[in-house]
Amino acid sequence: MENRKPVVELQNVKKSFDDKTILKNINLTIYNGEFLTLLGPSGCGKTTTLRIIAGFESADSGNVIINGERVNDIPPNKRGVHTVFQSYALFPHMTVYNNVAFGLKMHKVPKNEIKSRVTEVLRIVKLENFADRKPHQLSGGQQQRVALARALVNKPLVLLLDEPLSALDASLRKGMQKELKQLQRALGITFILVTHDQEEALSMSDRVVVMNEGVIEQTGTPKNVYEEPNSVFVAGFIGDINILNGEVLGLGDGGISARVEGRLCAIKTKKSLKIGDRFKLLLRPEDMRIEKLSENPETDGLMIGNVVLKTYKGATLDTLIRLQNGTQIKASEFFDEEYEDFDYNMDEKVSIGWVSGWEVVLPDEGA
Amino acid sequence: MKERNLFQIVTIGIIAIWLVIFALIPNIMVFAVSFMERSEESFIKAAFTFENYRAFFSSMYFSIFAASFKMAFITTLICLVIGYPFAFILARSGSRFKSLLALFVIIPYWTSALIRTYAIKVILTTNGLINTFLIKAGVISEPLNMLYTQGAVVLGLVYTLLPFMILPLYAAIDKLDTRYIEASQDLGASRLQTLAYVIIPITVPGIVAGCLLVFLPSLGLFYIPDILGGAKNILIGNLIRDQFLNSRNWPFGAAASNILTIVMAFMLFAYYKSVRAINRRVL
Ligand SMILES: Nc1ncnc2c1ncn2[C@@H]1O[C@H](COP(=O)(O)OP(=O)(O)O)[C@@H](O)[C@H]1O
Ligand SMILES: [Mg+2]
Repeated sequence: MENRKPVVELQNVKKSFDDKTILKNINLTIYNGEFLTLLGPSGCGKTTTLRIIAGFESADSGNVIINGERVNDIPPNKRGVHTVFQSYALFPHMTVYNNVAFGLKMHKVPKNEIKSRVTEVLRIVKLENFADRKPHQLSGGQQQRVALARALVNKPLVLLLDEPLSALDASLRKGMQKELKQLQRALGITFILVTHDQEEALSMSDRVVVMNEGVIEQTGTPKNVYEEPNSVFVAGFIGDINILNGEVLGLGDGGISARVEGRLCAIKTKKSLKIGDRFKLLLRPEDMRIEKLSENPETDGLMIGNVVLKTYKGATLDTLIRLQNGTQIKASEFFDEEYEDFDYNMDEKVSIGWVSGWEVVLPDEGA
Repeated sequence: MKERNLFQIVTIGIIAIWLVIFALIPNIMVFAVSFMERSEESFIKAAFTFENYRAFFSSMYFSIFAASFKMAFITTLICLVIGYPFAFILARSGSRFKSLLALFVIIPYWTSALIRTYAIKVILTTNGLINTFLIKAGVISEPLNMLYTQGAVVLGLVYTLLPFMILPLYAAIDKLDTRYIEASQDLGASRLQTLAYVIIPITVPGIVAGCLLVFLPSLGLFYIPDILGGAKNILIGNLIRDQFLNSRNWPFGAAASNILTIVMAFMLFAYYKSVRAINRRVL
């Protein structure tokens, strides 16, 4: 990724509406050909960021740079980026063909070239038989594809997509996610996609930008933000997470020894911690391991809890365990057919551990 | 469920009876009368004839008809040219008070239209407001002849009917989703291109509705040509009224009225088609 050319850069971008700060200080570089996702809860400023890149909003301060050129004062119709709007905004009075041809006509492209390019892009989005339909005669998924074609036919430098799949039903959405990803690969156009759906972000993107309240919390590959979240917010927003409280008991080689919710353990971490420091330990449910206790267990140095809920999810067994201090822990384990004892009774007392190496240590934010 | 059905039946029934008594029956009567003969004693004689229609198309009345259309057309055009930018600026101002401002457009209607038309007369007449002012200011030495001209009639019609143009346009432009404008810009259209290819086409139902609401009444508003146009500038509305009230030729008046109704029906049909074409409704 390093040797790639930046296409869009946001430098110290700030934006307020009616004295309410929406974007606090956005710094972001988007590289040519990548599929980048802005992920965050509703109202965190994703759409505003996209609209600043497109030119529909202007940044209060900072620089917006497209293809090496500062574009803060350049209107949307002169920027090399195109938008797929959240509700498509297809022109209701035009046929599919004329919708798609619109950008080319505005740029005074010769008639026969318009025809071949529109036909080609309609073929790519599998709508060649719908050229003469009006938007209201199409299904949601087809309208979505017209919106895509209308933007793509202009060969934009960057395609901006604002929750493009949110209006589609779940099964259609899954299919379109794949199609979008394949299309982006095939065309090599930079995509910046906005979504609040973490699964969508993880499955489609090369890089994910996690935003919260006008701030970029973390930027990284899907694997990176999922496995090594740098804050409780990111960890919690991207998938289920267990947050455990720990205390440093001793320092060792490349790690610490600690007590986590009663469990004595060694944890590998590069974070600099002192003896006595409190910290948070983040663990995904699928990294948790539950152990049955023997008849008369020695529970010192173990994390002990009671099973309060079991959910069969086909391939996995999801268990909810309540610790003595009330903390609830989610565990998600794959069925192992060779291990016959794999089941717990409700309210059974169990010991909880985790797969070593998958834990994420965060300094206690409250301290 | 059953009560609601009963309620629906009763309300729809009342509306239907109302329409039959006050719209359908009178129209059928006018339609029937237009094929009858005139009678000195009882206004009409029950005899079938096409004479009234033949007379209409072969006489000077037809030229009045044509002149009326020309006048209505000019009025509509002027209203559209003034009304569209007005409605556009109002609807797109982003002001919190824009709906209130749009309502202000109809404030003149709190005064009788007749009085307002006489007011225009006072302004235009030989020793009226404009002439007095211009002579006092030394711009002209002789008073301008403004009253009793076609221009005066058009002015009166435009003044009276402009709100009927502005309001449907305002409704259509206000409803226009900003995202269409943004999408157009996004695809490289300039402001002018956006106006020509996106904004105007999408607001066509508003334009057609406004034009109908101006064009149709301006054919029938007889008191404005009466007051501002004098004897020279007779329009179809005056003609129909004169046939019923002065000449007492009901069959002929009915025929003229029917022709006007048919023309109007065609225009409403055109509106319906334009709405269908855009797939959205304004009125
Ligand atoms: N034009 C505007 N005027 C005032 N507030 C706005 C405007 N656009 C967005 N906002 C506010 O900015 C915040 C962020 O909005 P947005 O960028 O749309 O969030 P997201 O797309 O992440 O859901 C919201 O609180 C929203 O109310
Ligand atoms: Mg949004």
